[in-house]
Amino acid sequence: MPSTDTTQMSPAQPVPQPPSGGTSGNGAVDYSTNLEWSLRERIVQVLLGACALLTIGTTLGIVGILLYESFSFFLSVGIFDFLLGTEWRFAGVEPSFGVLPLVAGTMLITVIAALVGLPLGLGAAIYISQYASRPARKVLKPALEVLAGVPTVVYGYFALTFVSGVIIQGIDPSLPPLNALSAGLVVGVMIIPMVASVSEDALRAVPSSLSDGAYALGATKIEVVMKVVVPAALSGIIASFILAISRAIGETMIVAIAAGATANLTVNPLESIQTMTGFIVQVAKGDIDQGTLSYQSLFAVGLLLYIITLGMNLLATWLTRRFQEQY
Amino acid sequence: MADAKADPQRKPSSSEASSPQTSSPAASNSTASGTGNAPTRKAVPEAPRTLTPGPRQGPQPKTKIEVKDLQFWYGDTHAIKGVTMNIPAHQVTAFIGPSGCGKSTVLRCLNRMNELIPDTRMEGTIRVDEQDIYADEADPVMVRRRIGMVFQKPNPFPKTIYKNITWGAKINGYQGDYEALVEESLRKAALWEEVKDRLHTSAYNLSGGQQQRLCIARALAVKPDILLMDEPASALDPIATAKLEETIVELKQDYTIVIVTHNMQQATRVSDRTAFFYVGELVEMGDTEMLFTRPSDEKTDAYISGRFG
Ligand SMILES: Nc1ncnc2c1ncn2[C@@H]1O[C@H](COP(=O)(O)OP(=O)(O)O)[C@@H](O)[C@H]1O
Ligand SMILES: [Mg+2]
Repeated sequence: MPSTDTTQMSPAQPVPQPPSGGTSGNGAVDYSTNLEWSLRERIVQVLLGACALLTIGTTLGIVGILLYESFSFFLSVGIFDFLLGTEWRFAGVEPSFGVLPLVAGTMLITVIAALVGLPLGLGAAIYISQYASRPARKVLKPALEVLAGVPTVVYGYFALTFVSGVIIQGIDPSLPPLNALSAGLVVGVMIIPMVASVSEDALRAVPSSLSDGAYALGATKIEVVMKVVVPAALSGIIASFILAISRAIGETMIVAIAAGATANLTVNPLESIQTMTGFIVQVAKGDIDQGTLSYQSLFAVGLLLYIITLGMNLLATWLTRRFQEQY
Repeated sequence: MADAKADPQRKPSSSEASSPQTSSPAASNSTASGTGNAPTRKAVPEAPRTLTPGPRQGPQPKTKIEVKDLQFWYGDTHAIKGVTMNIPAHQVTAFIGPSGCGKSTVLRCLNRMNELIPDTRMEGTIRVDEQDIYADEADPVMVRRRIGMVFQKPNPFPKTIYKNITWGAKINGYQGDYEALVEESLRKAALWEEVKDRLHTSAYNLSGGQQQRLCIARALAVKPDILLMDEPASALDPIATAKLEETIVELKQDYTIVIVTHNMQQATRVSDRTAFFYVGELVEMGDTEMLFTRPSDEKTDAYISGRFG
């Protein structure tokens, strides 16, 4: 770990440095230490080390608080009552902390988003990396970057006012304006750039010698793409899917705006639901007293969310590494 | 298949080999182009060439591929400046010349692989069995099915040995017995004995030489009648190279083979005819023995005696 190395380095230790390069009158090179350079090197090292340390410290702090508050929560609520309970009422006279409705809400959003975002993102990646002409690529790649740069709050209002308000209610005005479908669809659009860019890198990394080999056997373009290039890039593509799914699971603003606030154990996408993230927002901006069970439940849900997305990211990293070893 | 060293048939030195199998001098003249090399064909020593199996060729080898006024451009680079040559059936034809002279480009024109590179242009005609492979109605996919190719670096698919071989046959709609096809192709490529017990393991576990022979087997499984090889031994060690060369010589009974090589000893060992290219032009083409012993062009002479390249 570079951060600890630099901070523990004693000042007496010599720092490697370029020769000062000065020459004296008779042409001999001056090899003595240039103090100004060596000081500058030390300062840069310490600053960079501090950056690394700050990142680690922040992460540890967040995890620590999550664990601490969750621990208090689980002293009152059994871990299995939490994980397997089907009723989520965090306030009121008879609270119930079964997290499944929130998990179901998150799953519903994630499934809808994945159904939209993964195929579209992969399709875009295949098109850009295999088919698009150079001018088409010049337009498409920045377009995807623009899509990636749209703030999620804008996506959220787009989901609420257009997808739900215009399209869904245009089809059937009796449907609830806050529903899982509109939020899920827009989360799906939001993850397209991520799927597309990571998958495109994976597809591009497939050596052209493989596709040449396939062409030389009399394969058509579509056969080369679908039966050689995509399979060869598969672990990278799967990694992009997992990253995108983990992004959808963690997405907050869109669902907070458009999915509703009803912890609802359902698979019907036209109902109002609540996700884990949506719940955390609701509690965090509400006026719940610190130290109450309701307040602590926020951290328990946060911890669960963190564990899920961390697991997904580790899986993606592992898959990506496997993919890199392949050729 | 034994190692090259253990094979009593093999005599690696090029000097003792000579070439009686194009038995009629007219044969070589009719297929030669470039600067005239016809008059130099007189006293050919009659020692049999050791690597070539049996007296296969008829008196006059039939022309398999006919290249006429081939020109090729990569963008503005005029890479091939008018090449005309005839490649005989059931023989091994070697392309030699310094790197960058256009050997690979000509080779890749022969199975229409070059048109996969964007921003390129070709002129001239190429006929295979008297059919224009660049005719409007000719489909490059069909052309490539008939004309197999083996590349400089072994490029098996990241699949099992078995699937590497069946892949091409499958996309071509092969209806027969796949097991038999795999065995037949691997036998022809002299790889069967080494891999028959691990057909369903990854092709990436094979050595470089085995991978290259797998690529040959993969090409053969599509049942082409021409095999193009672009420096197929350049990534291999000497023993694997010797084995590959043996395989090539055996294959010419059933296939017409064109091989690009930067190794002149290799050309003399495997080929019946040799074409020498220099900066986008065919300088000289003729019987391999003739070309290496009595080249008619001084550039060829300079190249084969190692004065440039
Ligand atoms: N894909 C390509 N794009 C542009 N120029 C190329 C390409 N391939 C080959 N060339 C050029 O065409 C010429 C002939 O190349 P090549 O046929 O590969 O020669 P050789 O195989 O004899 O070494 C060279 O000058 C090379 O730089
Ligand atoms: Mg080449």
